[in-house]
Amino acid sequence: MNEEEKTLVEILEESNPIDLTKYITYVSAPQAGAIATFSGTTRDTFEGKTVVELRYESYVPMAIRCMKSICLSARSSWNLHSIAVAHRLGTVPVGETSVFIAVSAVHRADALDACKFLIDELKASVPIWKKEVYSNGEIWKENSEFIERRLELGKKDGICSGREAQVKAHDTRTCCRAKVKVDDGEGIADTSTSK
Amino acid sequence: MDIIERETKARTVDCKSAEKESSVQIRVLFFARARDLTGLTDMLLEVSYGSTTQDCLNKLISRFPNLEEIRECMVLALNEEYTNESVIVEEKDELAIIPPISGG
Repeated sequence: MNEEEKTLVEILEESNPIDLTKYITYVSAPQAGAIATFSGTTRDTFEGKTVVELRYESYVPMAIRCMKSICLSARSSWNLHSIAVAHRLGTVPVGETSVFIAVSAVHRADALDACKFLIDELKASVPIWKKEVYSNGEIWKENSEFIERRLELGKKDGICSGREAQVKAHDTRTCCRAKVKVDDGEGIADTSTSK
Repeated sequence: MDIIERETKARTVDCKSAEKESSVQIRVLFFARARDLTGLTDMLLEVSYGSTTQDCLNKLISRFPNLEEIRECMVLALNEEYTNESVIVEEKDELAIIPPISGG
């Protein structure tokens, strides 16, 4: 990894709101032409029931390891500059950010695709739990991404997610990309042979 | 006489190490629904030498029958990594019961 490329994973203890600006600043770099972010906020209703509050807890050391492993996986699939992931614990009032992801890259496609991958994988395999508290009861939520992934977890060594990042969609290039290719060595060679 | 003494000593040592190795002690962590069901955040569990994570889970369920409720939807983590049920636990390992996660 380039020295300038950075990865930050933070699990924030109780009553620490997520400072979005801090993480955007963290991934900002002159060479990064794109910063993609995802902000997950707590909803006020679930299946018609009014949510009073949400409480998060985590197996913190494993969650950090797991998230770092997902970041590595993203880096192996996309050309990224920096990544920042923050997840809040404890009581999160309705409407506030519970999870925030910021990814910087030279090009936006890498940043956007990696950002989606990171939140999808977080929901599938990072050990964090959310309890929804209603006026008449409470329930531990279950991510559908985890239920689908459950049997794969623990099958592979060293990969928290149990799944490699999907091959980037860069193969399906537009005409613009092909034109750019003319500038590199291969492109020039092709041009000369076609003469 | 010397030889007999040495043999006796050797046997005693063998006996002691066998006794020591006949069981291992691990720490078990309970999160979310698993903690609600057991009433514990963590505990020490002694299992016989060579036990798998599956054996540990069976022992836990026999001690806390309520855990049966999440058996079909939970996973196990050993020393902060997801594991499968055939891995053999070692002394001082940390086994975590991971009920369905819901981060995000």
